[in-house]
Amino acid sequence: MEKTTGTIIGVNGNMITVAFTGAVAQNEVGHAEVAGATGTLRLMAEVVRVRGRKADMQVFEDTRDLAVGNPVTFTGNLLAVELGPGLLKQIYDGLQNPLPQLAAQCGFFLQRGVTLQALDRNAEWAFTPRVKPGDRVSAAETLGTVPEGIFAHRIMVPFAFQGLWTVRSVVPEGFYQIDDTIAVLADANGRETEVSMVQRWPVKLPITCFSERLRPTATLVTRIRSVDTFFPVAVGGTYCIPGPFGAGKTVLQQLTSRFADVDIVVLAACGERAGEVVETLREFPELPDPRTGKSLMDRTIIICNTSSMPVAAREASVYTAVTLASYYRMMGLNVLLLADSTSRWAQALREMSGRLEEIPGEEAFPAYLESVIAGFYERAGRVRLKDGSIGSVTIGGTVSPAGGNFDEPVTQSTLKVVGAFHGLSRARSDARRFPAIDPLESWSKYPSIIETSRVEVLRTVLRQGNDVAQMMKVVGEEGTAMDDFVTYLKSELIDRIYLQQNAFSDVDAASPLERQRAIFDLLERVVAIPFSFNDKNEARHRFARFTQSFIDWNTTPAETPQYETALAAIATLATEASHS
Amino acid sequence: MNTVYHQIDQISGSVITLRATGVKYRELAEVTSRIGTSLAQVIKLDGDTVSLQVFAGARGVATDAQVRFLGTAMRVPFSDALLGRAFTGSAKPRDKGPELTDNLIEIGTPSVNPAKRIIPRNMVRTGIPMIDVFNTLVESQKLPIFARAGEPYNPLLARIALQAEVDVIVLGGMGLKYDDYLYFRDTLDESGALSRTVMFVHTAADPVVECLLVPDIALAVAEQFALQGKKVLVLLTDMTAFADALKEIAITMEQIPANRGYPGDLYSQLAARYEKAVDFEGAGSITILTATTMPGDDVTHPVPDNTGYITEGQLYLRQGRIEPFGSLSRLKQLVNKNTRADHRTIMETMIKLYASYRETLEKQTMGFRMTDWDVKLLKYGARFETEMMDLNSDIPLEKSLDCGWAILSDCFDADEVGIPSKMTAQYWVPTPGKSRG
Ligand SMILES: Nc1ncnc2c1ncn2[C@@H]1O[C@H](COP(=O)(O)OP(=O)(O)OP(=O)(O)O)[C@@H](O)[C@H]1O
Ligand SMILES: [Mg+2]
Repeated sequence: MEKTTGTIIGVNGNMITVAFTGAVAQNEVGHAEVAGATGTLRLMAEVVRVRGRKADMQVFEDTRDLAVGNPVTFTGNLLAVELGPGLLKQIYDGLQNPLPQLAAQCGFFLQRGVTLQALDRNAEWAFTPRVKPGDRVSAAETLGTVPEGIFAHRIMVPFAFQGLWTVRSVVPEGFYQIDDTIAVLADANGRETEVSMVQRWPVKLPITCFSERLRPTATLVTRIRSVDTFFPVAVGGTYCIPGPFGAGKTVLQQLTSRFADVDIVVLAACGERAGEVVETLREFPELPDPRTGKSLMDRTIIICNTSSMPVAAREASVYTAVTLASYYRMMGLNVLLLADSTSRWAQALREMSGRLEEIPGEEAFPAYLESVIAGFYERAGRVRLKDGSIGSVTIGGTVSPAGGNFDEPVTQSTLKVVGAFHGLSRARSDARRFPAIDPLESWSKYPSIIETSRVEVLRTVLRQGNDVAQMMKVVGEEGTAMDDFVTYLKSELIDRIYLQQNAFSDVDAASPLERQRAIFDLLERVVAIPFSFNDKNEARHRFARFTQSFIDWNTTPAETPQYETALAAIATLATEASHS
Repeated sequence: MNTVYHQIDQISGSVITLRATGVKYRELAEVTSRIGTSLAQVIKLDGDTVSLQVFAGARGVATDAQVRFLGTAMRVPFSDALLGRAFTGSAKPRDKGPELTDNLIEIGTPSVNPAKRIIPRNMVRTGIPMIDVFNTLVESQKLPIFARAGEPYNPLLARIALQAEVDVIVLGGMGLKYDDYLYFRDTLDESGALSRTVMFVHTAADPVVECLLVPDIALAVAEQFALQGKKVLVLLTDMTAFADALKEIAITMEQIPANRGYPGDLYSQLAARYEKAVDFEGAGSITILTATTMPGDDVTHPVPDNTGYITEGQLYLRQGRIEPFGSLSRLKQLVNKNTRADHRTIMETMIKLYASYRETLEKQTMGFRMTDWDVKLLKYGARFETEMMDLNSDIPLEKSLDCGWAILSDCFDADEVGIPSKMTAQYWVPTPGKSRG
């Protein structure tokens, strides 16, 4: 078939208008040619609108030097990523170019027009077949596996294959490269197709060849007390973290990416600071995975399209990330996708919409913002695969609302579709009460690691304590009844030693399940004590001692003799208090 | 193909439109009219209609002005000869020195590959406790000073530049008052720092487009010095003037504004500049300090707001002091673990207590009775403000930390400040005769 070609007739920012002959598809990829220092560069672009014989395309790179009359070639394909063994540990840009390899080729700076293959062609993988000639298979069923780190990476029937196929041949156990043919399949009409270990999938289409979607009912333990106990996340669920700048969104995600109880983490650094990705990128190889003891990098994929990288590629990057996450879900794994920040992605949409001169919605965001956000989070979920095993994609996205005000289009559209909301408050982060998840505003629809009724008791104390604090601002401490004052102190205790968690303390940064339960039990005991004090100073002093002893325990490593001692010290204090 | 065009079809703001062929996006042109010659840059191509932004503004440009396309994008000269010199926003000499034309480098070039970045690791000591202890500055950091107009942000920038150990200082002035330009020049000169400084200054009286060029030029030059192995400190003041220039141009181009008239890509525009801050492995580094004035002292104004989402913290300057509340260096944890074991503890505890002090102060103004605890906080707050918040100091970090313990020990009991007992056992300063509260 003849390839469609065209020529540039307009350039405006990262948008070009192309006059073409032949057929083009919405979201089809093309390349615009431009003369570079060392020859012709081919800049990747995507069709975003077609009007008559003109296509508007967003260019994924800097458009400088493009001129009217420059040729454009269309590929006939939608924007797609490569799926196959070797994705783990990789650091890609938004279009799946491997950044370390780009650096090896181009040095310190990114260069436009340079694209590299996402997967290593020369790596040898130990393939073990799982089918034999004559077997009937359909899309996403396993043909064989290769070990990728600690996982059995399933080599599957390409997701785009429709209907039933018959295995004609499959290679024996042995080492193969990803482009090698590992099986030959025949369709209902007997037409044969060779299958390798790598397939391509268009990023904007969900992968749906599983048997059914399941409800997210299990807590995904993150080891952040405030989250797991009060505002839990579910395996296969969705949640968002809106917050003003500096409130701790990124730190929360970094902690989660390290400690969350999942098989694989995909990090989408979407339009935020490059320096933050670097921390992950340099530290993860050194850090042990809390579950396996292996390097954390072994279970991580980083999609990195930071703020100074091209805006159109930023728009693509969240889709690249969710496609890779969904791919590993098809292997029966639990995958966590963390996107920081979805607002930057929304802004990329806004920039494109502005250049297309579409009728703007609120704050100039396009009218379709809400459905685009909903569509993205809908790609999360727990699914039962065709072989009965279960996999999941959990999505957590940060939101960076203008002025820190949640009453804006991106936050509001996101809140409509997620299952948990971790709203960070400026007041808390200013007071260094980290994580700054607002205990009164936030919510979750997912089950906690502690029974609901018990959590509710503490939640009530937090709420009442806050009421008292508000009242005290008006009537002062002396105008506050002792009972109310004690409630206030109790809520402060819960906040200080349970909700607050120091990300930079070796011990306190992550609180495993057993540890959370142990401290919750004790805290519950203390909160239940009907204290009576002679004056408020005495009350304050007593609570200061509790706080101190809990903090000592929070910073004491498990499996040390001091651990039990510190625990016992709190218990003694509690016993004393209940008898006085 | 240096065709000269003579027919301008449209003039609006600083943008002119004409028909021309073979023109490249972002290419420069020379526009010559009765009032002189100015550079201009291609900002839109639509068929054979070319829109150009005229650096000197379109005022006085006639429809028959000459437009000659130069075939290249904006470039600036780079060499050691820049040091000690002052230029305008289009890199023409502002001082009496010669025009430089050698070794032209492009501006606004692609960003550093994230995979080539390294984790920042060197503290920049400034001798100012509010920075060193509480908001430690780190090499390759990007940090703005948020202040309302009228606060002494320029003197603070100058002071940091002088007290910090860097090889090259690049000053980018945007919408700077002429007096402020002279202030920087003289201050740097008096302390002998001028010979390692290069200045690109757009003053309030200069054409608005030149204001837009200043950060790109300053950062392109800084990048070259850094690649040569120099530690470069870039000062950009005032970034709000830069953003306002962006707004002005966007409005002339009839773009749909996002927030309060600012274009929807304000975040990306600012980020493209700030992200030039970097530590090159095996070479030098770029650290960026900026002033961002807050119209109406409102941090939710789009310029400080977008900036806060980009930079690695911020310093609030209020009533001549760095406000402990809200000021933040996000990179501090990368370096303050290696300074002294108590650095983080002092930093966190003192700020928490200072926050409580502020609450107490509020209660006091409302006329509430002060509890014993409040009385302690009041004493603490006062000492904190006089001893830790002074911006005119030049004290080593270690001395500041000692001072912190002395204040805490004097004002509180060791078990009421929320510091793990192991730590107080080591650092608490016993105060004989202090009565228990
Ligand atoms: N859990 C925590 N424990 C201790 N400090 C924290 C914690 N969370 C955040 N911080 C502090 O707050 C700073 C800012 O956090 P972070 O970078 O995560 O903010 P953010 O919400 O991602 O901001 P932005 O929107 O600008 O990216 C950190 O550098 C750190 O100093
Ligand atoms: Mg962040």
